[in-house]
Order: sequence, then structure tokens, then C-alpha cells
Amino acid sequence: MKTFTYERAESPAQAAAAALSRPGARFIAGGTNLLDLMKLQIETPAHLIDVNRLELDKIEATNEGGLRIGALVRNTDLAADKRVRRDYAVLSRALLAGASGQLRNKATTAGNLLQRTRCPYFYDTTKPCNKRKPGTGCAAMKGISRNLAIMGTSDACIATHPSDMAVAMRLLDATVDTVAPNGTKRSIPIADFHRLPGDRPEVESALAPGELILSVTLPKPIGGTHIYRKVRDRASYAFALVSVAAVFTPDKGGRFAFGGLAPKPWRVDAADAAAAQGAKAVAEAALSGARTTRDNAFKKDLTARTLASIFAEARA
Amino acid sequence: MTVGNFGVVTRRTVLGASAAACATSAIPRAQAATPAKGDDAMVPVALRINGKDHHLTLDPRTTLLDTLREHLRLTGTKKGCDHGQCGACTVIVEGRRINSCLTLAVMHDGEEVTTIEGLGSPEKLHPMQKAFVVHDGYQCGYCTPGQICSAVAVLDEIEAGIPSHVTHDLNNVAFSDEEVRERMSGNICRCAAYSNIIAAIRDVAGEDKA
Ligand SMILES: Cc1cc2nc3c(=O)[nH]c(=O)nc-3n(C[C@H](O)[C@H](O)[C@H](O)COP(=O)(O)OP(=O)(O)OC[C@H]3O[C@@H](n4cnc5c(N)ncnc54)[C@H](O)[C@@H]3O)c2cc1C
Ligand code: SF4
Ligand code: FES
Ligand code: FES
Repeated sequence: MKTFTYERAESPAQAAAAALSRPGARFIAGGTNLLDLMKLQIETPAHLIDVNRLELDKIEATNEGGLRIGALVRNTDLAADKRVRRDYAVLSRALLAGASGQLRNKATTAGNLLQRTRCPYFYDTTKPCNKRKPGTGCAAMKGISRNLAIMGTSDACIATHPSDMAVAMRLLDATVDTVAPNGTKRSIPIADFHRLPGDRPEVESALAPGELILSVTLPKPIGGTHIYRKVRDRASYAFALVSVAAVFTPDKGGRFAFGGLAPKPWRVDAADAAAAQGAKAVAEAALSGARTTRDNAFKKDLTARTLASIFAEARA
Repeated sequence: MTVGNFGVVTRRTVLGASAAACATSAIPRAQAATPAKGDDAMVPVALRINGKDHHLTLDPRTTLLDTLREHLRLTGTKKGCDHGQCGACTVIVEGRRINSCLTLAVMHDGEEVTTIEGLGSPEKLHPMQKAFVVHDGYQCGYCTPGQICSAVAVLDEIEAGIPSHVTHDLNNVAFSDEEVRERMSGNICRCAAYSNIIAAIRDVAGEDKA
């Protein structure tokens, strides 16, 4: 690990201001992703701003009938919250499908959204990677790409966003609430929060320099049958090859978001619109424009089959 | 070269082949204000470990795991992967199990830590430690401190009604072998003592009616 200085944030506004004014500053929350990457010198912050003591660890009802989830709410606590279990079960399920009990006790809502890719070449500092070192090329294109993306990729990068939680947040139309270094607050729809790589794969979110996430807000519950199905190489403690978050409504409607397919949680209006026509139509709409490699072409079939399986479960 | 389950490329990853709540009274923290300019500023850190207060001055890079092992000689807690992938470093902080390798000691200033040494001693074993002995829940023993800390916390989590990936009804959490397997998946055992580990945990949970 490279050396860094350490500071404990006093308030959200102070943290954001400090993050902008200190060169090479980064927030640290659970640390489960950032420290992992710092040990490998993939991340080399000069200054860490520890946000853990900020009062951003509450889950509160909103006036609109939804929930405001503090940036520091731990994944375990979010998954176990009674209101989340009852009204947003797909979110509980997605969280519980991720990582391990120990990691979920530490991982935070904001940190989970901002966790970085698990592309093997991003982790291998001896290989070119446009995301880790802009302009060096992409070793994955001609390398091992089995767990990489088939939707939303670019010629610069085909990495996926690995979060399970974010897929459910996308399905539920969450918004990400932030404060900027100058004190301005804003809410970013989750659809616009994660960026597609284009020719700047190193820029992964819509956050401006120093901008701090305060909370993630869920709109009022939509009812229906909630399902999160994660397909992976072993039954527990592994990232998704493909995951599907779905809510089925009694009128044969539904909405779908996908993990493991794209650089961001993947959701397509046309796929939601095809719900009444069944799994095949949803898969076709969701995967329209897919770009696969030899290694990851199987994800198309796997997505279609996963959809068929959850349709059968929901409509049984 | 193989690709590990978590994206890391190594010739053989750690995971390659297989797969008690503490008292809440916190000690006053050392005032870890912004250190003065300079790259290697040390930081004061106060920790209550197994009921005993420790006041340390650490490089901020020091993980909780290295603090325990290298600074306090509490070597019961093990380092397997150092990347959150194996669970050998599991300790209980403020009543919750975490991977001590993926957190900085300074982030826990003023907090309570329980390690395997704090759960019980050779003269007075914790029930979970005793059960691991009785059921042969280990072979080489390297993963065992982490397994035991995790197992103690798992029973608390089930008791507290925290659901898991295999909980059928999110609002009805109950002990089962399936639940224990899922909840213990963050603790890898290279010797594959898994079935005996489950037996030990089942025993402590009082579910071992056989
Ligand atoms: C072995 C292993 C297995 C895993 N398996 C899974 C899995 O199956 N599914 C899954 O979804 N995840 C998995 N994870 C990833 C895990 O979910 C993330 O590491 C975790 O959610 C990150 O949260 P954190 O609070 O620890 O983030 P940190 O590491 O503290 O931070 C991550 C990033 O977020 C930024 N940040 C943190 N808080 C804020 C804020 N308030 N505002 C702005 N920026 C902020 C930090 O600066 C940093 O860039 C796994 C991790 C490990 C180590
Ligand atoms: S896919 Fe993206 S993260 Fe992976 S090597 Fe290519 S540029 Fe890097
Ligand atoms: S040493 Fe492997 S998880 Fe910490
Ligand atoms: S007993 Fe040897 S690693 Fe578990």
C-alpha cells in the first residue's frame, strides 16, 4: 500500500469540501473494495477521508411513501430492515446474494454502488487496461473474457459492474442523493448514475470531483412478486455470471434489471414492455445489440434461460 | 494462469480449488484528527481488545489484522489471503463479525474487538471452541479461529432474525444446516473440514438432538 494521510470527516459538507481541496483524496466507507485495491496499488489515494462516523446510517420513511437509505447503512442492515423485507424484497434478496456475511457487515450502500469491476486484467497490473491506466489498451478483448460484459460495452472496455445491490436499486428506480464540495445538493436517478465506458472507461459514475453520496432514496413500494435470481459458478460467495432482478405485477406486467451483462445495472424499456409476451420476448428486447466474445457468448442463452425460470416461478 | 472467483488473476488463488456480542461501552477514542503534513504521519489509535484497552500509535495503513498480529502479538487471528476472500482473519468488532484484513485499525478507534483469544482460553473454552474439538471441526487448524469467530456471530445473526440468501420466507428466520452452510460461506477451509464444522455449530445451537 502507498502511504496516505488520514482524516475523519466532521460533517458531509466538510468531507466533500476536503475531498476537492486535498490532492488525491478519497472517501473510505467500509473499505472492503478500496483497501483491496490499495493493497494491489490499483488505487493509490494520497489522502483518505473516513466517513464512517457521519450520521448517514439511518433508514427513514420519506413523505412520498418511500425510504431514504443513508449512504453508510451496512448491507446487512439494509437487507434485514423490516420495511425493505416487506416492500422491497428484491433489494433484500440482491444484497443477501452478494459477498459474505462478514463483508456485508462492513459494506455500505454508497460503497457498494461505487465498487469497481472484477475484470481480471483490471486487477493484473502487468497487463494493459484502459480503465486502470487510460490509453494503455484492453487486455480483456483478446483474453479471458468469460465474466465480462455483452451489453453497453465500447472498443475501450468490456468490463461489468459487479454489484448485486445496484441491480435491485435500478429495478426500483432509486435516486442517489449527494452533496457537492460547494454545499449544493442534488438527486441523480440511478439510471444516470453509472456511466457506460465509451472512450473514458475510467470515469464510472456521474459524481463530480469531491461529491459525496448522502443517501439512496426508493420511491413508494410497487407491490408485486419480487425475485432476484443470481447465476454463478458456485452456490454462494461468488460474483454473478448473470443475475436478474424482477418484479411481476398481477396484470401480467413486469420489470426487469440485469447484472453481469453490462458496465452498469442493465435495464431496457422495451424489455419491461414485453413482460406480457413472456420470457423469450423479454430476453430478446433486453439483449438487442449484444456484442459478445467467444468466451462470454453463453451469457445470452444463460440470460434467456434465467428469465424463463423466473417467469415459471412467478406465474406458477 | 487461472482467474479467481473474485477477479484476481493468479497462478493459484487461495480459493482456487474449492470452495458473542460484546459489551457496548466504548472506550474514549484517541483523537485521530488530521495528521500534520507529511506522508508518513502516524496516528493514535485506541482499541479495547478482549476487554483490555490498548493505546497504539500506528501508520494509518495498518490493517486491524496486522495490528492484532504484528503489534499486539495476538496471533490467533490468521492471515490467509489478505483480500477478504478466505475469512481466516474474521474477528468480532462491536458485536459483528468482519474481515480484519480489509479494514484499517484507525477506522475502529474507540471500538471493541473480540478475537479467538477473547472468546475462551485453553482452561475455559467457549462452547463453540469446545464443540469444534469434540466434532473434529478442523484438520490443520489454520482457518479455525476465523471459523469459530464467524460461527459464534452466525448464531447471533440467526437469533436476531437476520435473513440469508437461503431463507425461504424473509420474515421467518430459523436455524437449519442449509442456513449455516450459506452463512459460513465466507470462511474457506482448505482441509475441507466443512461437515464437522456444521456438526459443531449445530451442537452449540442446541439442534443436535441425535
Ligand atoms: C471477496 C469479495 C466478494 C464479494 N462479492 C460480492 C458479490 O457477490 N456481489 C456484490 O455486489 N459485491 C461483492 N463484493 C463487493 C462488496 O459488495 C463491496 O466491496 C462493498 O459493497 C463496497 O462497499 P464499502 O463500503 O466497503 O466501500 P469502500 O471500499 O469503502 O468504497 C468503495 C468506493 O466508494 C467510494 N465511497 C464510499 N462511500 C462514499 C460516499 N458516501 N460518497 C461517495 N463515494 C463513496 C470510495 O471512495 C470508494 O471509491 C465482494 C467483495 C469481496 C472482497
Ligand atoms: S475490459 Fe475494461 S477493465 Fe478489463 S482490461 Fe479491458 S479496459 Fe481494463
Ligand atoms: S485474510 Fe483472507 S479474508 Fe482476511
Ligand atoms: S482446518 Fe485446515 S484450512 Fe481449515
